[in-house]
Amino acid sequence: MKTVLEILSGIRLEFDFTASDSFIRDGMLDSYDVMTLVAELEQSYGVTIAGVDIVPENFCNLAAIQNLLSKSAAKP
Amino acid sequence: MNFSFSHRRISGVLAVVPANERSFVDEMSNFNFPPARSLKLKQVMGYDKHRIVEGPVCASDLGCFALEYAFGHGFVGRNQIDALLVVTQSPDYFMPPTSSVIQGRLGLKQDLFCMDINQGCAGFLIGLLEAFLLLGQDSVSKVALLNVDVLSRKVSPRDRNSYPLIGDAASLTLVERSEDPTPIHANLKMDGAAREALMIPAGGFRLPSTPETAVLEDDGENNLRAKDHLRMDGSAIFNFVQVEVPPLVEDLLRTAGASAGDVDYFLFHQPNRFMLQKLAERMQVPYEKMPSNVVEHYGNSSGVTIPLVIAHNLRERLLRDSVRACLAGFGVGLTWSSMLLRLGPLEFCELIEFP
Repeated sequence: MKTVLEILSGIRLEFDFTASDSFIRDGMLDSYDVMTLVAELEQSYGVTIAGVDIVPENFCNLAAIQNLLSKSAAKP
Repeated sequence: MNFSFSHRRISGVLAVVPANERSFVDEMSNFNFPPARSLKLKQVMGYDKHRIVEGPVCASDLGCFALEYAFGHGFVGRNQIDALLVVTQSPDYFMPPTSSVIQGRLGLKQDLFCMDINQGCAGFLIGLLEAFLLLGQDSVSKVALLNVDVLSRKVSPRDRNSYPLIGDAASLTLVERSEDPTPIHANLKMDGAAREALMIPAGGFRLPSTPETAVLEDDGENNLRAKDHLRMDGSAIFNFVQVEVPPLVEDLLRTAGASAGDVDYFLFHQPNRFMLQKLAERMQVPYEKMPSNVVEHYGNSSGVTIPLVIAHNLRERLLRDSVRACLAGFGVGLTWSSMLLRLGPLEFCELIEFP
């Protein structure tokens, strides 16, 4: 299974995602990158991320993405 | 706002797409994005091909083509139409209305109610509501609802967020009275406070087009577009759809005393595959009951996508059978609307090309 960091780096090779706590504000992910990220997270982790959870604050840093994965995995 | 009707039906659907087909892969070099990143997006969003007009083709050109085809194939008589509704965001002129242009070009009778409606992705629903209302008049027996847009002419080819998914198209939907008393339920909401999430800023009277409004600007995400071009806040629109559409449809079904399981097809506006799959998941509807394949074949043609999803996926079945369909449109305005009705058997259902 790919780590979140590996998935992020696969989408935007040019950025160091450990060096930011606000990927959106720092221009590292745009809204369309977020959709690509959601699709890859769902595939790698076998979760379904709800459409209403696809908002910038859930993708602003590694901790937020991990929280979202935990929340999505807990849903039936 | 809720609506209900009875003794109304859609008797035929004709969808028209330009013959000119472009592919996302061929157009990728226009965008300021690494190919690998664009290809990932292609897979997620369902971008593949789209149909756009070549040259100065206008809404009335596609509209006249659809009506002439319908007259020529005996779908409806030239003098049988009592109302012509044209739903478009890309009119030939500010004035006169495109419906008047079409009436004049085709020599339609003067005893005809012509009306333009400026609506987009919910425009099929808005048009149907208007058609059903007009059919309450004794003098109106058949309404020709034309949804048509040539918005590719207002989208920057350097805008990877919008250009790959835009499609031009037209549809003619014939709406008339019926013996069937089965209720048709519909609902509608609008939020003009959020109007700037999807707009063409320049070209109207508020900000007329000038050489300055034609200058391409970077949106901060490497998309180049001018104020004369369509711009969409993708994140805001995505969230709006996910938050607002499922409860709207739930309310519709509750009002109708139906459940999602009673619906054969959820024929929704087609923004992109990803957004529709997320809607289906939220509404616990199987993907196969909510087709999401219009964008990959034709692009997103605003108010035409629902007739296109019907003609592309269901035309054979609807010529001999009927289905219980839930329609939903959502977009510019912002506007969102849904409708539950029995669709079919249709007298005609075709998908044709504009040369």
